[in-house]
Amino acid sequence: MEKYLYIALFAPLVGSLVTAFFAQFPKTLFTGIFTSTLIFISFVSSMILLNYVDMDTIVHVEMMDWISAGNLSIPFGFVVDQVSVIMMVTVTLVSTVVHVYSIGYMDHDKSFNRFFSYLSAFVFSMMILVMSDNFVGLFIGWEGVGLCSWLLIGFWYHKHSASWAANEAFIMNRIADLGMLMGLFLIYWQIGSLQYDIVFANIVNLAPTTVTWIGIFLFIGAMGKSAQFPLHTWLADAMEGPTPVSALIHAATMVTAGVYLVVRASEIYVLIPEVGMFIASLGAFVAVFAASMALVNRDLKRIIAYSTLSQLGYMFVAAGLGAYWIALFHLMTHAFFKSLLFLGAGNVMHAMDDELDIKKMGGLYSAMKPTAILMSIASVALAGIYPFAGFFSKDKILEVAFNDGSYLLWFALFIGAGLTAFYSFRLVMLVFFGEKVHEKLGFHPHEAKPFVIYALTPLALLAIVAGFFEHSFHEFTTQLLSNYEFTLEHSVGMILIFATSAIAISGIAFAVFKYKRGGFSENIENWGIYKLLSNQYYIPKLYEVAIMKPFTALSKFIWLEVDMRIVDSTVDMIAKVIYGTGEKARKMQSGNLSSMLRWMVVGIIVLLVLAIFYRPMV
Amino acid sequence: MFEAIAFYTFSILTIIMFGIVVFTKNALYAMSALAGGMIFISGFFFLLGAEFLGVVQIIVYSGAIMAIYAFGMMFFDTTRDVKENIHSKKVLYALSIISAVLIVIILSAPIYSANIESLYPVGISQNYSENPGNVQDVGIVLFIKYLVPFELAAIMLLVAMISGIVLVSKRMEMNLTEEDNHEEKGEII
Amino acid sequence: MITLTHYLVLSGILFSIGLVGVMKRKNLLMLFFSTEILLNAVNVGFAAVSKYYGDLSGQMFAFFIIAVAASEVAVGLGLLVLWYKKTGSTDLDSIQMMKG
Repeated sequence: MEKYLYIALFAPLVGSLVTAFFAQFPKTLFTGIFTSTLIFISFVSSMILLNYVDMDTIVHVEMMDWISAGNLSIPFGFVVDQVSVIMMVTVTLVSTVVHVYSIGYMDHDKSFNRFFSYLSAFVFSMMILVMSDNFVGLFIGWEGVGLCSWLLIGFWYHKHSASWAANEAFIMNRIADLGMLMGLFLIYWQIGSLQYDIVFANIVNLAPTTVTWIGIFLFIGAMGKSAQFPLHTWLADAMEGPTPVSALIHAATMVTAGVYLVVRASEIYVLIPEVGMFIASLGAFVAVFAASMALVNRDLKRIIAYSTLSQLGYMFVAAGLGAYWIALFHLMTHAFFKSLLFLGAGNVMHAMDDELDIKKMGGLYSAMKPTAILMSIASVALAGIYPFAGFFSKDKILEVAFNDGSYLLWFALFIGAGLTAFYSFRLVMLVFFGEKVHEKLGFHPHEAKPFVIYALTPLALLAIVAGFFEHSFHEFTTQLLSNYEFTLEHSVGMILIFATSAIAISGIAFAVFKYKRGGFSENIENWGIYKLLSNQYYIPKLYEVAIMKPFTALSKFIWLEVDMRIVDSTVDMIAKVIYGTGEKARKMQSGNLSSMLRWMVVGIIVLLVLAIFYRPMV
Repeated sequence: MFEAIAFYTFSILTIIMFGIVVFTKNALYAMSALAGGMIFISGFFFLLGAEFLGVVQIIVYSGAIMAIYAFGMMFFDTTRDVKENIHSKKVLYALSIISAVLIVIILSAPIYSANIESLYPVGISQNYSENPGNVQDVGIVLFIKYLVPFELAAIMLLVAMISGIVLVSKRMEMNLTEEDNHEEKGEII
Repeated sequence: MITLTHYLVLSGILFSIGLVGVMKRKNLLMLFFSTEILLNAVNVGFAAVSKYYGDLSGQMFAFFIIAVAASEVAVGLGLLVLWYKKTGSTDLDSIQMMKG
């Protein structure tokens, strides 16, 4: 079985490295097919491992020693257990689809080969992240996906906005990574090891305060990667990258790494319910907060990005309340339907010549029927309508919140569900139905190539049926993760389900009804709340005024005053002193032996003085 | 008592002799004074019980080295006073005085000798013969412990000898003094 | 009572005289004489230390120094003769070839 583990892990790396050789050359179809094949192989290996892993058989390998210094011993160790194998399958499945899709999507891009190299490198980093058996390996993967994310957001680096967004994402993650690093240091300091099994075995012996701090620091790292408030602004800006990237990295895999971390470290968070409560509250807040921003946005991709944020909030609610398997389940189903939604959006973008404003679309259904159907499926799944995947996972989260007695959280999520349904169908209605605005603007939409559509069908299929695996998923993951006990009565549960479904359906119905009639009137845009929402609560502006500008001023001050005046001039002075000394000392070299002998005597005197005043400690 | 008298006598004489070497203008005087100083130095060696070294000092320095200098000086015009234009005498004397003071301070300071153990103690030849003496000691140490350096020193002397001969004898017929019509020197060679 | 310090101070004085010679003398021959003084001063020091520590190593060093001095004289004088033949002068100031 170790064979399959290595195949699953290293196939993407091989693809990335081989493709990297072609990065400078013009498009070669070979690179796309080659990497897609390797990712598919990785996916097959992951499936084999999924079948293999059960209660007693966890694949755990130690490839080699990596860091071994003093008491610190960190091997290159990989573990395939119930949690990581789920992540592996999800990641490789979505990656395979995205790779195949990208062959079509990036068809006209001149950096076609480079794109596939980056994309496979990302998959490799993500595999390291999920498969590592220690926190350091996780951190390496964590940074690896951060790097690949930076490369891919800034893929069209000649666009200023793209490179700006890439830097923003990278820097925000850096801030959060500091928190995570401190968490790791704290763990190592208190326990002396970073292996998962050793850490989890010893964590109960630590003082509760220490555990709390560890939990907080690790969660700060998770907040950055999963773009939780207040580090959320980068995710919407990250939509500057190519759409497959948004689908793979900023919807399905990388941003869920934070949830994965919390799930992986569940044995720590079980001990600190207060921190868990905080995580859940923050998650619920973000769920509504992000959904509200999605209501009014006109940018196709940003709407989906906010939706991702909102769904990540749902996952954190589940993880924070101790329902780890439900968080993981929602992570998986979300990966399917959200990447489908993004990839569909990519098709729309292609059809509309990279136009993103949904108000300029409309009536695309006639031109791109398959995409419209796929995106509708994904939206229904996102809204959480039976029997689509989102229904099972999202309803469970609401039930957890209710079960836990946190009715406020439940209510927030409940509202969030309604908002989700509304904005998803606002999107669908504005893009595919209604008045054909695009014809006036001179667009000639066309459907994507057939193989692109075929590549999306597995995701669509999973978005529909994944929910029915709930039971087996539950059995499988709770072998490792602690189970969550529902104490609700069955009737209450049913009422909750109906209530949630009702608000989701009413959200959909409202959207369909309203936008069929041409949507809201124009003067809604003058409402204060509309402005607040469309400006993202003025948070980016706040960051710009409160952080970026003072920081720029400070940097400029330090550059001009400290660096130029003090540091640089010190260095210059040292150079000048040496130069001047050399210029003066040059006269010593007169070539006259007699004067050289005198200098020798001077040297002797200096040595003698040193001999008198310098006494080595005896 | 005897040692003190001998030490001070030799010291004064040596210093005077070397002083003459350094300060005289006549090369012949300087050489004679140096030869004298060498012999007085050997007197210290005898006082210190290093008879073998004293003998070597007299033979090698006063005999061989001085003889070489004497021969060498035949090339040069030694009857004339040596003309030297010394510039910045102040610097010279300042440096001399400072270095002298420093060296004397260092050498007259108390010496920390607690940890010193003699590696090759005097009287090492007691194991080998009934009448130990400095010459036997030196012989034993030199030919057992210092055999390789000794042989190397021998090779070095051989090389020096050959190089001296080669350097001086090269193009002997074309020397500069002949061109200047100082024929008597050319004949001496 | 003559102690080690006496000998060392004497050695230092002789060495200083040698240094004065090295600095003051411009005639190369005289410079050689001065270096002989330096070497001899050190020899006295070595012999004295050897005696007072009862260790023969000092004498051995003095011995090798004498050997080195002999070699130095042989080679140095050879070079000096050669230089004199070439330039007709043994003055140190006439050698300026090392000017950088």
